[in-house]
Amino acid sequence: MARLPILGLFEDPNYAAEAGDALKRANISENDYDFLTDAPYPEGAFGEREENHRLYVFPFLGALVGITVGILLTSMTQLAYPLTQGGKPILSLPPMAVITYETTMLGAIIFTVLGIIFESRLPKIKMGLYDTRITEGYIGVLVNADEEKLPEISGILTQAGAIDVVRES
Amino acid sequence: MQEGRVLPAKQINADLLKSILHSPKWFWITIAILSIFVLGAVAAAGLMFNKGLGTTGLNRPVMWGFFITNFVFWIGISHAGVMLSAILRLSKAEWRRPATRAAEILTVFSLMTAVLMPLIHSGRPWRLVYWVYTLPFVPYDFARGVWPNIRSPLVWDPSAIFTYLTSSILFVMIALLPDFAVLRDRTTGWTSRIYGLLAMGWQGNPRQWKLQIIAGVLLSALILPVFVSVHSIVSWDFGMAVAVKSWHSTIFAPYFVVGAVHSGVSAVVFVLILLRWVYSWQDYIRLEHIDALGRLLIVVATGWFYFFVMEVIFGFYGREVDEIAVREFQFTQAPWNMWMIAFVGLTYFLPVALWLPRAFRRNLWIMSTACIAVNIGMWLERFMIIVPGLAQKQIFTFDWYTYAPSSIEIVIIGGTFAMVTMLMLLISRVVPLIPLYDIKEGNILKTEIQIGRRTVPATFRED
Repeated sequence: MARLPILGLFEDPNYAAEAGDALKRANISENDYDFLTDAPYPEGAFGEREENHRLYVFPFLGALVGITVGILLTSMTQLAYPLTQGGKPILSLPPMAVITYETTMLGAIIFTVLGIIFESRLPKIKMGLYDTRITEGYIGVLVNADEEKLPEISGILTQAGAIDVVRES
Repeated sequence: MQEGRVLPAKQINADLLKSILHSPKWFWITIAILSIFVLGAVAAAGLMFNKGLGTTGLNRPVMWGFFITNFVFWIGISHAGVMLSAILRLSKAEWRRPATRAAEILTVFSLMTAVLMPLIHSGRPWRLVYWVYTLPFVPYDFARGVWPNIRSPLVWDPSAIFTYLTSSILFVMIALLPDFAVLRDRTTGWTSRIYGLLAMGWQGNPRQWKLQIIAGVLLSALILPVFVSVHSIVSWDFGMAVAVKSWHSTIFAPYFVVGAVHSGVSAVVFVLILLRWVYSWQDYIRLEHIDALGRLLIVVATGWFYFFVMEVIFGFYGREVDEIAVREFQFTQAPWNMWMIAFVGLTYFLPVALWLPRAFRRNLWIMSTACIAVNIGMWLERFMIIVPGLAQKQIFTFDWYTYAPSSIEIVIIGGTFAMVTMLMLLISRVVPLIPLYDIKEGNILKTEIQIGRRTVPATFRED
């Protein structure tokens, strides 16, 4: 049985939350529907599932890569072109510390950005079912269900107060 | 606080995207005028590269002049973005919403402009290419027998600025994802396709929003230490120089960082006032926002003034002959003493006097005047640190000379101001300078509560 998307558009966030409750009562799995909005609503405003992520691992990984690159870059440069000054060690720690600090932070930030994109499941090559009215303030309830269940879901969404129900053409 | 009215999402889109979707005639006329200044600066720089640094006012011992002053100035302006965006985001200040994007973009452009200054100052910017040629070993031109000091604080600068610039661009791009999606949906044809690519398929589901909010806070927290390091390292260009007495100060790093925040936030306030006027964004950049920024600036300015006084007192207290000589130069000899009075007056006494009364903080003309004064003053501050320190005869200099900028230097400096203004205007045609989703989120969380007999505005805030 083919699974197809269906999108209900709501003007009022309360109606969208009610639609979520009605879908739950109709035994639609929480993983099969999503709420699409043009602004961040407080977490749990629609009674949606809790989203887990591992974003906090990324900056640590990046920092680790950055610190390694920093130490290697600064020490290898000084060893490749040794500047001998009055018997002082070739590897001068203060300048190494400054540049290594910058590479560490750079690594952490780049990895964080990659982590945000990865954890947000982006980039999405195919947008799937979507309606541009969502970025005008409408709240979309996107449901993925078996083809035969679509009329029932359309009814649930309309009953909950959807101003429009869109299917893939 | 919270004086604004709640606007529907459709109107927010229409209002904040009008800078992108509609192009008024004045826009292109302004761009054309600014381009003339920028091209003038390019021509002046070309002439200088062709004829050599002799066309500037630089000479022994004043080898750093207008270009390096301008470099430190633009690095300072770049601190606006993180100060406003990161600190206000981390502290969840509600009034940050309209100010963050413009501040972040101003950071990027002012950093790019700052980077140009040492390259122009070098007189031979193409030597940068030599660095690339020596790869894959290390990026120094030892092969040509130059043997630069790879431990020099001047090497720290590029690493800090590169980190800050990369981070700031990434920070802006991540925060732009939801707004690119709005633009994707509101435009047609190839424009829509480009915005679609930039939005990376953003749909606005709870997972994406959750990560977007965490991203704002997490990246802010990560960029803050970089922000502090950048101007500290710029200050060490001076502070680590043992030979120039008035530069060799341990207080320079915090003094420079606070000064950078002072000039940067003032610049953002001026940009916000301009945007409000140009695009009629009275509903978004409200007087309460300018008022709040004015109060923040009083604190920042006073912090800066404290460091300034400490720097001068320590200079005198050490009673070192060279240090006292430079101070004497700055405080008693014309024209330096006049510049000193102008710089302290414009940076602290005039603006703070203007920011103290509430009515003045809500008067856009007065706020603009105060913020421009701060930036003229802060530019002079850098000039007063760099030039008198070098112009005064030092123990290791065999000759001395004063400094007067040539017309080439003045044209190039003027061009950098025109360039940043032009880039800010051009970017306002491509991305919304007020974050749409942030304003919409503010509206969602805004409410009114009854306390006794008063109805007061309130905001729901998530932890």
